[in-house]
Amino acid sequence: MAATAAVLALLLPACGGDGQPGGSGPAASASLDPEADLREQRLTVSNWDGYMPKDLPARFKSAVGTPMTVARHSTNEEIVAKLTASADSGIDVAFVSGQYAQALAAQGLLEPIHHDLVPHLKNLDPLAARLAHDKGNVYSVPYTWGTTGLCYRKDLVGRTPDSWNDLLKPSAAVKGRATMLKTERWLFLPAQKALGYSVNTTDEQQLSRIKELLLSAKDGLLAYDDTTFGDRLTSGEAALAEAWDGWCPTDDKRIGFVVPKEGSDLWTDTMVILKSSKNKEAAHAFIDYVLDPKTHSWVASNIFYKVPNTAAMAELDPALLKRYPALAMPPGQLLKGESVVDLGDAATAYTRIVTEVTAG
Amino acid sequence: MRARLVLLGPGLSYLAVLLLLPLALLIGYTVFRRGRFGGIAYEDGTTGENFARITDPLYTGVLTDSLRIAAVTTLLALLLGYPAAYAISRLPGRWRTVALVLVVLPFWTNFLIRTYAWIVLLSSRGVVNSALTGIGVIDRPLKLLYTEPAVVLGLLYAYLPLMVLPLYSAIERVDPRLLEASADLGARPARTFWSVTLPHTLPGVLTGCVFVFVPSLGNFVVPELLGGGHTVMVGNLIRDQFLTARDWPFGSVLALALMAFLVLLLMAQAWAGRRLGGR
Amino acid sequence: MRRVTLLPLWLTYAFLYTPVVVLVVMSFNRSDSPYEWSGFSTAWYATLARDDEVLRGLANTLIVAAGATALSTVLGTLLAVGLARHAGRSRLLPALSVLPAVLPDIVLAIGLLAFYSLVSATLGLHSVLLAHTVFGLAFVTAVVRTRIAHVDPSLEEASRDLGAGEVTTFLRITLPTLAPGIVAGALLTFTLSLDEFVIAFFTAGPKDPTLPIVIYSMIRFGVTPEINALATLLLAVSFTVVIAAQRVSRLTEAL
Repeated sequence: MAATAAVLALLLPACGGDGQPGGSGPAASASLDPEADLREQRLTVSNWDGYMPKDLPARFKSAVGTPMTVARHSTNEEIVAKLTASADSGIDVAFVSGQYAQALAAQGLLEPIHHDLVPHLKNLDPLAARLAHDKGNVYSVPYTWGTTGLCYRKDLVGRTPDSWNDLLKPSAAVKGRATMLKTERWLFLPAQKALGYSVNTTDEQQLSRIKELLLSAKDGLLAYDDTTFGDRLTSGEAALAEAWDGWCPTDDKRIGFVVPKEGSDLWTDTMVILKSSKNKEAAHAFIDYVLDPKTHSWVASNIFYKVPNTAAMAELDPALLKRYPALAMPPGQLLKGESVVDLGDAATAYTRIVTEVTAG
Repeated sequence: MRARLVLLGPGLSYLAVLLLLPLALLIGYTVFRRGRFGGIAYEDGTTGENFARITDPLYTGVLTDSLRIAAVTTLLALLLGYPAAYAISRLPGRWRTVALVLVVLPFWTNFLIRTYAWIVLLSSRGVVNSALTGIGVIDRPLKLLYTEPAVVLGLLYAYLPLMVLPLYSAIERVDPRLLEASADLGARPARTFWSVTLPHTLPGVLTGCVFVFVPSLGNFVVPELLGGGHTVMVGNLIRDQFLTARDWPFGSVLALALMAFLVLLLMAQAWAGRRLGGR
Repeated sequence: MRRVTLLPLWLTYAFLYTPVVVLVVMSFNRSDSPYEWSGFSTAWYATLARDDEVLRGLANTLIVAAGATALSTVLGTLLAVGLARHAGRSRLLPALSVLPAVLPDIVLAIGLLAFYSLVSATLGLHSVLLAHTVFGLAFVTAVVRTRIAHVDPSLEEASRDLGAGEVTTFLRITLPTLAPGIVAGALLTFTLSLDEFVIAFFTAGPKDPTLPIVIYSMIRFGVTPEINALATLLLAVSFTVVIAAQRVSRLTEAL
């Protein structure tokens, strides 16, 4: 019995304290103290592997005084599952894609962004404050944004691709040497756009057409791959890959990137602060530090993704923009892409189709 | 009475809280509807939909695929493991331990790294393809990785030692006087094997098969890393229901289906073991 | 005795060790490709030694394995003795005690995740530790029960006849006679916990990944010789432990 009591004691440190039940909705948050001593706080930030400069924590500490630990996650699903499952995940700031930030906010897990504590928000591109997943940056602050396209080996594809159909109905040169993204919303994207549908469609007929197309495309694929398509292209194992713009290694002269003529998406990766965080002042200071044009442009030149920060983009080295043409894509053109939003209950339909496609 | 409480109490209550309660939760979840963002929507009442869904050809297909893959893996492990275990049992005494340790040793590196090794071997630029093109057997790399055989190979590699160990201990226990008697009565070695050694080692065969089959069936890492997303097993399906689809009720139904199957299997093994032991 | 062909054994070894040899050789590769040999270098070991994430994962794994082993050993030993003495002819309790060992890891993993979520537990190293204790407890109980079956009960009776109390008898007679089983169970739990991925993946806190979780994300993000270097080190440790264990057991036999 004692063992059981000990187990429960270990599991429930938050009980009786400020343990807030999940899903309580965006209740009024505790007020924050702008004068809090940031050196007393400790920050834990969860981000994708390689998605921020390695010495960012050290720089942040010397600038602001808060020690910072980085946790890595491989996918949105992984981190969201962890954040949803536990009352206090120990994470203060998480990096998640816009639609996942939307879902977390709807569950009441996010601390509203206190705009007065993030003066550098003014550097954000005005368009980035109006994105569909979180209008007005109530719960999330955009970190990077971009679109999805085709990343290809100029010497291996034969004809330069310009359509999603080059991926879905591959030519002989590409057959068996193409990869598609594995995360379900992006696994859907090529078929959705090739058929002229919305990336957020929940129409049953459209979904069944999408499924047909994805099934027929499967034969031409080498693999579904979110993380290593760049290496595969460099090595020549793959000739064509569906890719997020920042991860297409166009510094290799043999590799090109194109947004297909049927259009594509506008995705945003955001920073969110967890309601369970006990270091909310430091969390705001971190977001503000990232949005500082000096930091944000340094981030962009490290990870090769566009940042929605006008001042930061202006500071980028023109030589870099030349090597990574996708970085130079102006926001106006980017905004032609369709914003990805959370689908709530329709997520089931998407997962089912993914299962049918991959298992079929 | 007090001694009984002190001895049994802690362990049993631990298992009650951290094993039975979680399993009961999964059973309970099966009749509810999914919450919009994961978890369970208790307020939406109960439903039989989750059980109805598992009869969908899509999911029965994944289940039968998983069973087939696990069965083929088990069969291959038996075909490779039995002769190996037999050979070890015929080694001189001190070499037997060394030989057994050598079978188990790769098992002691990390499971994920053992799987990763096959990516290096099987990829189109990997060691196998380089060797084959090098000696001119093929001129274009074969597609080895991201296929169902690659998944079977990865599972076989992961669990082969679990087949060899019980087989070895079963073979080793066969009374040598039986073998001598058989030889004295004029039976050829092959006949002695089929009519003496093999029947006496069948319980070991059963144990080995269960040891390989069970973890193969529930595995989701090998299909993911070596199947390239093409091969989906029931483990992947369960993982996806909990991580991607946020559909805990259906994930629970799948987990129960997996467990129900394994319970049947273990009961069959126990039954077969008793029959074999009885003769 | 008739000569038996060793060919199947050699084939098995070839199958088991080819990947291992390739892993080890490529860990000394100079370039960042794990496929093509481009000269000898130990650079990847240096990279590994500087990789905080790996080192932290290793520390986390050792903490979890040590904690789960300690807890499993205590609970499992008590349970094994209790089952032998007090379970009578019940078949249910022994079956319950081995259930975690035969349950598919994914089922235990999601069950525990659901449970932790229900009680709004904080996920962290402790949640993995408690989860690993579930199967560790089963293995320790099973191994110690096997040992009990081979131990002469008259020793304990003699101790009690000579006037020793329950506790004294347990500490001075029962525990020492069961010690080999307890140590074996503890070692088994420690080894299994070190390598365990699936349950840890579901129950670890996002900021405390164990080494297998770190390795998983490394593999997901591509194939680099740094993983080979890590694999080689893990292998070297296993080899050393096995050889040491052999020596020790030979020594104790000799004594």
